[in-house]
Amino acid sequence: MSGVSGTDGGAAQVEQVFREAYGAALATLVRFTGDIDVAEDAVQDAFVVASDKWRKHGIPTNPAGWIITTARNRVIDGWRRARRGSELYQEVGVLLSNELPEDEGPVMDDRLRLIFTCCHPSLRMEHRVALTLRLLGGLSLEEVARSFLVTDAAMAKRLVRAKFKIKAAGIPYRIPKDADIPDRLLSVLAVLYLIYNTGADSSGRVSLRREAIRLTRVLVDLMPDEPESLGLLALMLLNEARMSARTSGPDLVLLRDQDRERWDRRLIVEGQDIVRRFVPMGRPGQYQIQAAIQAVHCEALTFEETDWNQIAALYDQLYALTPTPVVALNRAIAMSEVAGPESGLIALDAIGSALDSYHLMHATRGTTLRRLGRLPEARLAFQRAADLAVAESDKRFIARQIEKLGERLNDHVEG
Amino acid sequence: MSQYLLSTFTVEDGVPGAPASPAEMQEFMRRVIALEAEMDASDTFVFGGALHGTDAATVLRPSDGEPMMVDGPFAESKEHIAGFYIINADDLDEALGWAAKVVAAVNHPIEVRPFRATGRVADQMPGG
Repeated sequence: MSGVSGTDGGAAQVEQVFREAYGAALATLVRFTGDIDVAEDAVQDAFVVASDKWRKHGIPTNPAGWIITTARNRVIDGWRRARRGSELYQEVGVLLSNELPEDEGPVMDDRLRLIFTCCHPSLRMEHRVALTLRLLGGLSLEEVARSFLVTDAAMAKRLVRAKFKIKAAGIPYRIPKDADIPDRLLSVLAVLYLIYNTGADSSGRVSLRREAIRLTRVLVDLMPDEPESLGLLALMLLNEARMSARTSGPDLVLLRDQDRERWDRRLIVEGQDIVRRFVPMGRPGQYQIQAAIQAVHCEALTFEETDWNQIAALYDQLYALTPTPVVALNRAIAMSEVAGPESGLIALDAIGSALDSYHLMHATRGTTLRRLGRLPEARLAFQRAADLAVAESDKRFIARQIEKLGERLNDHVEG
Repeated sequence: MSQYLLSTFTVEDGVPGAPASPAEMQEFMRRVIALEAEMDASDTFVFGGALHGTDAATVLRPSDGEPMMVDGPFAESKEHIAGFYIINADDLDEALGWAAKVVAAVNHPIEVRPFRATGRVADQMPGG
């Protein structure tokens, strides 16, 4: 058994330490048992033992190792009871002495295996997200359900279905072949970024952002030479640094109007350091470029100091890689800043039909038309944006723009 | 070792992306023959085939006495299975790898489904 640190294990602290160790412990138990459900039960049992022991005797220095050992013993006990006979148990004993010596800590590769299994592209996105949060993040079923605004029963069903497919379809528990890693890693990164963005949509769901960042850090530790993982981590940190300045009460605050004093300098420095780490790797990808764009924004102490030339060039690069309408929209915004609103409007009109149902495209057109002094057209664009917006904060923001335009239009008529 | 069904579908009796000219047909056959040779070499190929259209199908339903016979396909659907391979694969990743090769060779969408059980039921009974 691992050494015991002097720390007193309060209930909350035990819970916290357990959760941090959960993914690593579960990953090793999945390899050991070959079955996710059996592994989950064993780790859960170990938690019951841990919460009692740790509170009395303190938290061990290697909590994950402790949980693995305890959970593994539970599994062996179960096998022994089920088999009664002895041959299998002896076989298992041999297997164990080879594979899992007493006190073995978590195996890094196990966690990678579990990440790639949970984020397998043959699973639908909502299932990947649920598995990742539950199995790797160690969130409770109730927490995962609450994060995605579904009932506990619905989330339980989702997890059962996802685990059924893993088993029935034979999704392997291993790290993909080198040739498949780039594609499979993109699937993992997409899951992590979706978790982060779900947390960003609503300020009440901070824990999802924290969890996404934590898991991305784990991924970076496990695969330190993959620049896209670094890119995603930097992107999240640089967004996170400005999260609190993005809103004022329930209202959105545009980048232009944000109080940059409220940006978290510590996170910005960390994000920028990571950008400096992946750039020399010379293997650009969508997350790295997005992170670089945010790094340029964070560099500017005022909106006016923003290096739009660099941002426009990065959006060109991003568009060449992922030519989506949303990237095109951001590119048009950067173009407006570099070459003036006329060029921006031309770029916007070129993508207008592709994004006709996207409220931000119409809001951007409204802003651009307003800068050109074409106020009645600007108002029409904002009204279209208002019709399409869904989020309350977006609706309020657009309504305020229309209100302001109304005042200016009246001044126009009277003046 | 597991077995997987890789199947393709017709949509309203046409196969999207099917070869349109004799030259295309020749090229299609060349790709498929090469793929099947590759499957054979790795002991992957179990069985495969292309099916006639649903106008050649007959459905039998259980009833008192003789089963009832009906002309036509089983399901009232726009999509019907057109052809398939059954392959050996260690796991889903391996099956998906082969499915990707089938897609490249035949240029149709492919559904990958694992078998729950294969072979004769008697062979799967305990002690059988």
